[in-house]
Order: sequence, then C-alpha cells, then structure tokens
Amino acid sequence: MKYKLKYTRFNEHSILIEWPSIIDENTLNDVLNFKNLLLNNYIKVKVDVINTYNSILINYELTIEDIYSEFLYLKTLYFNSEEQSSVKPKIWEVPVCYDEEFGMDLNSFSTENSMSKSEIIQHHCQPIYTIYFIGFLPGFLYLGGLKESLYLNRKSIPNLDVKKGAVGIGGNQTGIYPQNSPGGWHIIGNSPINFFKKDNDNPCFAKAGDKIKFLPVSKEEYNSILNLVESNSYEPKSISV
Amino acid sequence: MIKVLKSGLFSTIQDKGRFGYGAFGVPKSGAMDFYSAELANTLLGNTINDAVLEITMIGPQLKFDVECLLVITGADMSPSINRKTIQNNKVYRIKKCDTLGFDKLKSGLRAYVAVKGGFKSDMVLGSQSYYQPLTLANKLNNGDTLYLNQSENTFDTYETFSKLKVVDYSSPNIHVFKGPEFERLSCNQKSELTSLESQVTNLYNRMAYQLSPLFDNDLESILTGPVLPGTVQLTPSGKLIVLMRDCQTTGGYPRVLQLTESAINLLSQKKEKDKIVFKLVE
Repeated sequence: MKYKLKYTRFNEHSILIEWPSIIDENTLNDVLNFKNLLLNNYIKVKVDVINTYNSILINYELTIEDIYSEFLYLKTLYFNSEEQSSVKPKIWEVPVCYDEEFGMDLNSFSTENSMSKSEIIQHHCQPIYTIYFIGFLPGFLYLGGLKESLYLNRKSIPNLDVKKGAVGIGGNQTGIYPQNSPGGWHIIGNSPINFFKKDNDNPCFAKAGDKIKFLPVSKEEYNSILNLVESNSYEPKSISV
Repeated sequence: MIKVLKSGLFSTIQDKGRFGYGAFGVPKSGAMDFYSAELANTLLGNTINDAVLEITMIGPQLKFDVECLLVITGADMSPSINRKTIQNNKVYRIKKCDTLGFDKLKSGLRAYVAVKGGFKSDMVLGSQSYYQPLTLANKLNNGDTLYLNQSENTFDTYETFSKLKVVDYSSPNIHVFKGPEFERLSCNQKSELTSLESQVTNLYNRMAYQLSPLFDNDLESILTGPVLPGTVQLTPSGKLIVLMRDCQTTGGYPRVLQLTESAINLLSQKKEKDKIVFKLVE
C-alpha cells in the first residue's frame, strides 16, 4: 500500500518524511520498509536515518545542495518501491521482576485502576509488544500494545531518580528505563538486562519492528540474571511465535 | 599532560559529536558553538574532528606539564598565560609549567580551548564529546588530568593574527526555518512568533534553552516525532523551548521553528536575560 507522504526540509542537512498521523502496525511496516530501502540506497552518501511512529528523519552528514532534486529522488524511490516480504520479526524475551522491592508504584497503581497486583502483572506480561522506535534516552524502546485496562495518566510530580531497568506505565505507553533518569511513569517492576551497551557498534539488541515479551521472574532469578549481565555473559534471548 | 587546577563553571571535551546513532536514541552532542570550535582547529592546522575544550561563563585554570600550541576562540573570557593577558583567535606556544587562566566574561558565553593535535580522551560511539552515561564524566572536575595527542608543534605559519569575520554575539537575530508544525499556527501567531522579542530564562544548558515570555497557543501535542538540535518546541502552557546539541532524538511538542546551524552557534553564546528575535529565512 502506498501512502501519501509529506516531504519537508527540516534544516540545512535533514529531510523529514511524514505518514498520516496515526499509530498502527501497517504504517510502521511501511515506514520501516522505506527506512530499509533508504539505508540500502544511500551507499556513497553518509546518512543517519531515524524513524518514529509516522516519520522518517534523514540526517545527511553534509549540507543538502539541491533540496528539490533530493525530494524527487526520495519520491521516486518510494513510488517505485515494492512491498517487501516482511522479514519475520524477532520476539525478545525480557525478564522482569514485579516484586514490590522494584515495583514501588504497584500499590498505588492497584488502587487507582481498581485491580489486584497479580492482575496488573498478568495484564502487563501477557501481550506481545511491538517496538515502534528507540528515542527519549539511548536504548529506550517505544512499545505499542499496552492493554487498555493498564492505561493510567503519568504522575503529576515526576520521580527524580528512576532506577535503570525500571519498567513503567505512563498514559497508554509502557517501557523500560535503560539508565537512571528522572521520569513520570508508574514503576511496576525492574528488568536486570542491559538495553544499551555503549561499547558495541550495535548498542541495542532490539530494533524498530521487533517484538518484546515480558517474562515474570522471581527475585532469585532476577539476581542470577543480573550476575550474568554484570559479568557480561548474558545474551538476550529471542523466541519464535 | 595538563592539570586542572580549577575546573571553571562547566567545562567539557567536545568534537563534532555522534553521527549515525540516532536510531538508538543517542543524542548528537558536539561543540555548542561549532563555528568557534572549528575555527580553533583550523587556526592550529588540526582536523575538524580533533577534540577541543568547551568552557562556559567562568573559565578553568589549567597548568601545563607539556609544551604545546594553543588557541582560544568563541566567548571573550579575558584569557591569560601566567597572568599575562592573551587574545582570542591567536596561536600561542605554551611552555612547561605555564598556567592558563581566565577572568571576566566580556562577550558571549562559551569559549573553546584547542591544542595542536587535539585533546585525548575516551572515544565512545565515534566521538569524545562528554555525555553521561555514555562517557564517564559529564564535566571537568578540580584535580582532573587532561591528555594531548602527540603532534609536531611547528609554529612558523600560525603566528599571524588571523583576519576573521568577527561574530557579533550581541545580535538578537536568530535565523530560523519554518518547523514541521509551523503551519498549524494562525496568521497572527505566525507573524507574532517571528517578530516578538524573547529573552533567555535561567533554564538554559547544553540540552535546551527555555525562553520567556509565554506564547499563547492551543496547538495539540503531536505523535512523538523526530527533533534536532535547533528545533523550537511550543508547549501547551506556552513555553518556547529551543533544543540544543545534547537534546533527545524525539519529542512530542509541536515543532514550530527550526534554527539554522549558524543560529544554533549564535544562541550558544547567549545567556540568561539576553534578547532574541526569530527571523524567518528561506
């Protein structure tokens, strides 16, 4: 399916391409198809291509000399592109300990949404989430697929010190903090694994289009995984459907 | 090596920043006033990738344990070697045991100290630019040690005072393109936004500059989308936030304007209470 895309110059060395403003997997697949096409076609020109729900930003290393010929090139590329047979996405298993030691907001969450803690955990780890893109912090995954029963507005006063690995819910989104950071989401658990490794040339094991499944683990399992992570001998596991 | 006797207010190692890691959520970083950083390297015959020291408002005090060639560009912070005043944009030969110091801030906000061959520090994802937690440090501290890359400190060609176009840091004019959500503003808002005089609030750093006064608007948030250094966001409460070099890669506020690269350089030299006016270019 071909969408009507909007091409704009963002600054001297970047172009923004926008799809209709909705969050859905068809849009995401088309965005990611075009993104891959761009990465495969810009061989001689150095570019950094990032995507969000409905946008692609192409950052060129150098100033764009002729913006209209660049637009034309992009439009032709998109128009002539073939729907790629989608590569089977990876489903990454993300261990999460929902113990109250980590899930400091489980109690208040339970009161506000009138659900038991075990219901919250069950509703949270049941779906297979889609990674739309990585943003906000290095290694922060924007996930789609949170159950409506778990929607809860962000805290009015952000927590200044959310711990690395914290699993949170904010509005209709859920995610994992890849590093210590201020944040306004309700924290319901913690994952012991690294979402960003600065020494790797590919710093994130997961990428846009992949899937995430949360796997509840006990405190003992959490600690043994953490030991593996800290001794650099933990490899994230991907599963098939 | 160089001993940091006093770190100054906020001193960091910077280069061109990180290119190619945006899809992992990694900020671009790099020298705030890239023009001045590049100029410093050019004057020394360095490559534009060589790392420089970005110093902010109150300069550091550095004791050199090594001979080198040095130049300072950007803000005028009354630099001196062994308490003897020196000038910006001029190459000096530093001898062992010399001390570089700074005094009153006379113009701008950020100055760049470059040495021939560049500063040596950890390279993370293709850049030496400080950004925690990618780099261990987020700024210099008293007692730190800086290292230099080996280089031949040939002096001959660099001694001339270069005749440069001097940037007027007091100019309020910040050149902008229309941002992706500019067209959502009403006609009145568009002309007001590109003519009103704003000023820099006390909230300004390498991530963003917040401006005042508030700009009344009823724009809806957007789906989280890509942002760049120089993107001007407009919040529902009316705050105008200009994102700077260490900004996040994505954001959900309407992006009403986009600074040109040279406008980012100029804004980097502004501080609290400085006046700015957005000027549309195209």
